[in-house]
Amino acid sequence: MTISVKYFGLIAEITECDNEIISISNKTISEFLEFLFEKYPNLKNKDFQVAQQQELVGLDTLITGNELALLPPFAGG
Amino acid sequence: MNRYKRHILLSEIGQAGQNKLLKAKVLVIGAGGLGCPILQYLTAAGVGTIGIVDFDTVELSNLQRQILFGKSSIGLNKAEVAKSRLKDLNDTISITAYTKKLTHQNAINLFKAYDIIVDGTDNFETRYLINDAALMTNKPLVFGAIYKFEGQVSVFNYKNGPSYRCLFSKQQQKEQAGNCEEVGVLGVLPGIIGSMQANEVLKIILNIGNVLSGKLLIYNTLTVQTSILKINKSEEEINKVINEKHLFETKKTNINCNSNAKQISIKEALTKENIQFIDVRETSELPKTEGLLTTSIPLSVLEENLYKIDLKKELILFCQSGNRSKQAVSRLKKLNIHNCSYIQEHITEINKHIKNKTNT
Repeated sequence: MTISVKYFGLIAEITECDNEIISISNKTISEFLEFLFEKYPNLKNKDFQVAQQQELVGLDTLITGNELALLPPFAGG
Repeated sequence: MNRYKRHILLSEIGQAGQNKLLKAKVLVIGAGGLGCPILQYLTAAGVGTIGIVDFDTVELSNLQRQILFGKSSIGLNKAEVAKSRLKDLNDTISITAYTKKLTHQNAINLFKAYDIIVDGTDNFETRYLINDAALMTNKPLVFGAIYKFEGQVSVFNYKNGPSYRCLFSKQQQKEQAGNCEEVGVLGVLPGIIGSMQANEVLKIILNIGNVLSGKLLIYNTLTVQTSILKINKSEEEINKVINEKHLFETKKTNINCNSNAKQISIKEALTKENIQFIDVRETSELPKTEGLLTTSIPLSVLEENLYKIDLKKELILFCQSGNRSKQAVSRLKKLNIHNCSYIQEHITEINKHIKNKTNT
């Protein structure tokens, strides 16, 4: 299946896009991230949370939805 | 009561709501990009008691977005200047300026005197300090943070809702993008995000609408897209803070701002001449760099090995991810070694570029 992955802040700077369509099958969030780290090695050392269908989820969560988002913390004020 | 006429005309507010605002006590931490619009709207709205915490002074480069200040404010304390500007806007309310740094020692007592805490700070250390103190004193926290063209808003610790640690637990923090760093920011962005924070404060006081609790709003000024992500409460994260309550005031407030460390891309670094590349990783760390002459000075023994540094050369530091090399640059600067920068990329990227370069 294909999912839409949204990127925010510094994460979008590394991926050089704010969203993309990726095709995956039967993966957990952490398995998906392993794949993503191969594509974007610089993501590996960045801090972010993952949301599935607009809800923040843990790494063990199975991907069942069609939308993920990678959200880094912002510090600025 | 002409001043608040337009509020009172709203059936959702009325005179009763305006009285609630007058009785409310709000503490705004940080009178910078976010703090200025927050303070301006809360003052204009007639929030009866406002506290402003900021130890910093106004600089010329603040005026691009920190709208309470002018040229005459440069060099003066932000909390003090903000207070005097706000007094002109509304002299019927009470405003207190706190010009000292917020610390683990003073936060709890300060928070106890207010009903709502607003975070407009610029670094993670203070954000966690504010979150934890708000949790311990059971105060709702209106959170806002910005990065370049994007901003985040949420309300934490509201009616037993999630806290900032439920969103980003500190343990997970690796690299801290924009942490008290001088990154660029679109001037109007803190205006938008700060206004959203002021709006949440007013809704909490007036008890109207839906408070942004358990949700994180992300706004992008370039795409005009708003995303709202649901945050689940983590009892574990919250209990950890509550259980360590007795230790809180003994903690050192360590705001480690490496703001003046210069970064360089590996691509640019490889085009330069008369460079000493310094690997600040521990000697056992892999992968090694191949095809590049480097000097190994682990960060843990940096100061003891300064003799290995060739001061006639420009220094370019690297590590596994750009985090330690950044710290090393800051530490060298403190020792008056200024001709140095750090490589922002991951070691695998660095190796890839070296390989490409040697192959051509």
